[in-house]
Amino acid sequence: MSGQLTQAQRETLWRLLEQGLPLVPQPYAALAQQAGCSEAQALAQVQDWQQQGLFRRFGVVVRHRLLGIDANCMLVLDIPDELVDAVGDRLAASPGVNLCYQRPRRPNWRYNLFCMVHGRCREAVVRHVDGLLEQHGLSQRPHHLLFSTRAFKQRGARYSMPEMLND
Amino acid sequence: MDLLTQRMLDRFQHGVPVCARPYQAMAEELGCSEADILERLARLQETGALSRIGPVMEHSKAGSSSLVALAVPLADIEQVAAYINSLPEVNHNYEREHDYNLWFVLTGPSRSHLDAVLLDIHQHTGLEPLDLPMVKPHRIDLGFPMFQDSEVPQ
Repeated sequence: MSGQLTQAQRETLWRLLEQGLPLVPQPYAALAQQAGCSEAQALAQVQDWQQQGLFRRFGVVVRHRLLGIDANCMLVLDIPDELVDAVGDRLAASPGVNLCYQRPRRPNWRYNLFCMVHGRCREAVVRHVDGLLEQHGLSQRPHHLLFSTRAFKQRGARYSMPEMLND
Repeated sequence: MDLLTQRMLDRFQHGVPVCARPYQAMAEELGCSEADILERLARLQETGALSRIGPVMEHSKAGSSSLVALAVPLADIEQVAAYINSLPEVNHNYEREHDYNLWFVLTGPSRSHLDAVLLDIHQHTGLEPLDLPMVKPHRIDLGFPMFQDSEVPQ
């Protein structure tokens, strides 16, 4: 029942997993059937991928707009390069900040730190962001709040199976 | 949304165990039955609020990704957004309030693949994409708190 999956089986399993677990008591048995392997093999393979750190998280993935969390703000800041690591760590640890990434500056784009703040209404998110900036002494740093006005697409990423996993 | 659904979403947007009976494991932790969990998930799926149960891939290991923006003339935005949506490499695609008004995430197997897609976008739209791959993560997405006393600004 155990043993290595073939390359084709692994690719099938990866694609199925990206689409999500079926809502049946033994979802890996259902995936295994489609991939042509045993439940134990499918489970061992997914556990192996998890241990390799390929999953950022494994859980219930929601479309937040359909749960009423529809004020979606991208806060961008221009922080001096020598301070950006420390400021990023402090903002990342702050309540209400879902994501905090450094990204590169470009000739027509000065901002190097990005935070996502979501909430149930725009005014509350603005107040929350103002409070965060004040608390961290950032109110005077160049920054901008980019609220989203329409979501044209919101779904999980699709990757082909990483080359590092190939035989 | 009932209390059990809220508790499920607060607890299990990450950390669903990879085991043979994951819904049973979730049920045990929340003190309900496996059928309760499956029923709540099915209801979320019907309303469209459930994207899926499973992994959010780690971009840096599972391929290459970038946040990309375009400054689209307002009259063209729906047409350009529809074109961007049609690209299989695009997942999130939002209109935002800025001169750069269309923001989307590109993911692909390699950086060279993304470069080719960026070139296609440039040629198709005549617009210069602003390409902002991640330099360093400080906090990754672990989902959204659901409770009224949560950290989500109300």
